[in-house]
Amino acid sequence: MATTVLLIDDEEGFVQTMAKRLGKREMEVIKAFSGQEALDVLAGNNLIDVAVLDVKMPGMDGIETLKAIKKDYPLVEVIMLTGHATVESAIDGMKMGAFDYLMKPCDIDQLIAKIDEAKTKKLKHEEKIIDAQMREITSRQSWD
Amino acid sequence: MNCEEITHDEAYYHNLTRNLVIKMIIASFTPLILITFITSYKYNNAYKAKVIAHIQELVEKHKQNIDNFLKEKLANILFLSKTCSIPQLDDENALQSKLEQLREEYGPFFVDIGLINDEGIQTDYVGPFNLGRVNYSQAEWFREAMEKEFYISDVFLGIRGLPHFIIAIRKTDGTRNWIVRTTIDFVLFNELVKNIRIGETGRAFIVNRKGELQTKLQANQPDTETIKKHILSKNIPAEGVEVFEGSYSADHQSIYLVTTLNNGKWVLIFQQDEKDAFSDLYQTRNLGIVIFFLGSCSIFVMAIFLSRKMVDQIRKSDQEKELMNEQIIEAGKLASLGELAAGIAHEINNPVAIMVEEAGWMGDILEEEEFKNSDNFKEYQRALNQIRNQGIRCKEITHKLLSFARKIDSRIQDVQLNTIIEEVVGLSEKRARFGNVEIISNLAANLPTVHVSPSEMQQVFLNLINNAVDAIDSKKGGSITLSTRLEDQMIVVDIEDTGSGIAPANLQRIFDPFFTTKAVGKGTGLGLSICYGIIKKIGGEISVNSAVGKGTVFHVHIPVTRQDT
Repeated sequence: MATTVLLIDDEEGFVQTMAKRLGKREMEVIKAFSGQEALDVLAGNNLIDVAVLDVKMPGMDGIETLKAIKKDYPLVEVIMLTGHATVESAIDGMKMGAFDYLMKPCDIDQLIAKIDEAKTKKLKHEEKIIDAQMREITSRQSWD
Repeated sequence: MNCEEITHDEAYYHNLTRNLVIKMIIASFTPLILITFITSYKYNNAYKAKVIAHIQELVEKHKQNIDNFLKEKLANILFLSKTCSIPQLDDENALQSKLEQLREEYGPFFVDIGLINDEGIQTDYVGPFNLGRVNYSQAEWFREAMEKEFYISDVFLGIRGLPHFIIAIRKTDGTRNWIVRTTIDFVLFNELVKNIRIGETGRAFIVNRKGELQTKLQANQPDTETIKKHILSKNIPAEGVEVFEGSYSADHQSIYLVTTLNNGKWVLIFQQDEKDAFSDLYQTRNLGIVIFFLGSCSIFVMAIFLSRKMVDQIRKSDQEKELMNEQIIEAGKLASLGELAAGIAHEINNPVAIMVEEAGWMGDILEEEEFKNSDNFKEYQRALNQIRNQGIRCKEITHKLLSFARKIDSRIQDVQLNTIIEEVVGLSEKRARFGNVEIISNLAANLPTVHVSPSEMQQVFLNLINNAVDAIDSKKGGSITLSTRLEDQMIVVDIEDTGSGIAPANLQRIFDPFFTTKAVGKGTGLGLSICYGIIKKIGGEISVNSAVGKGTVFHVHIPVTRQDT
């Protein structure tokens, strides 16, 4: 199953190119150009595995967006994308549950690897949740 | 930044010195002059009054003496004339014995005695001169004596040709008037007045109302004309002593004490040069003037000396202030440059990222089959790689630029500087060995901890060590010595290398952003300015000593007690 990536950055050119490159590597890419737009996309699409989130954005910035995503969609893994000066906020983001951070401009292979790791982590989470649910269901049955 | 103009030209300091000198002189002179003049004025008056009072007393005493003398002599003759009848007197032998008696009893003042009838003929005479039968009828004293009961004449030369004066008593034998006349020895009388001598110029003399001298003077004759004009014209009371001051004689300013004698007929004048009378006063005044003059000189000298010194100090501090201002401007310039650079870097970062991505995307497309067989496939790939590599180089530059304003892990901690240095040395050792450089750590033990951001410090030392390694020619090799020491509440870290050194022309610019001596593409010229910014931020100092061909020492001063920035 192809990985679905949500690319969030106010730099349209960056998003477009990155989307093409990721698409070429067999990923499903959904583009968003602001934090709010990203939340809207997430609300209408529950297939998104990984969000690549720019830290510095006008309006709702990366950290705020991250908070909102982690609150409503805890399973979605978020990779922070940062310029040099915002490394601290990227680290702050990781403390708040982001998967990792990358520096802009980033190496495509590095990004792919990170996305894959994040996807794997997400899958594990999901499996655990399913296991737990199954256990809960089976245990409930045995009790009855 | 508001930079006040503090460079002053020489004229400013000149004016400042002059104003200071004037103010100091006024401040010191005002009390000095006031005290000097007030006290000298008071002292002058008091002293003069005292001296004059003293002379006054003396003159008074002498007036009494002379008056008494005259009264006594008069009384003597009066007694003689009362006790003897005319026939008794009209006998030269008896008169001779009377004269001798008088001389014996009352002193040798009596020169002669004569009896004169009412026609002015001297009928009897005893004395040293041959004056028998002389006619006095035309003499002024005779006429005066005939009118009064007794008469004391002025001093005159008379027939005998010697100065003398006469005491004459009128006596009646019932029908005729007779005059008993005696002459007083002028020389002896003169002695009485001569005794009044004070100082060198103080002298006394007696004049009659016409201004004619009644006594002989030892030295220069007083100007009788001025005496007549000035002194006798004044109203001289019968009792007491009048004091006049003035320049009655042409050459000297004198004081005159004047009193009357002989029932107002004579005037006793005491004259003394002011200079002599008040010599003590004038000496004191001269001493005062000398002291005042010396004091003034020393005030002038001190005022000029102190003012110069103060102005020099002001000039010095102005220069220091200027220098400091320059440094503040320099630091401010660096800070604003840093902010500007960071802003620009941030803005450039995104376009560069897009460019790199686009190049990457083109690379991705090139991978596709149809392009692989293209003739210029290799050339395309090389060009794209170049774009990507140069983009990454841009990224490095922008990231370093961002270090100016970035807040990476700038959390302040209490850290041992030695620990940080050891870590950095550990990091750099590999690169150093590659450059044939030996790193020697010479760290002082027991240094106090400093309150800094460890990662910032790391950055500083890493930068400095890297620079040092770069400065050493890898073929020749060399060494870097790191030493720490405590100095005036500052930890000083010296990073000394044996490298090529910095040219003096470059020495001032090494902390400027983008200044580099490295080949294009090798250095950004930002390392030292970042170090400078970090050290300045924590209130430290960074300085450099360098000699071309011998090496460079960087001194980093880090305060032990952190200043709040």
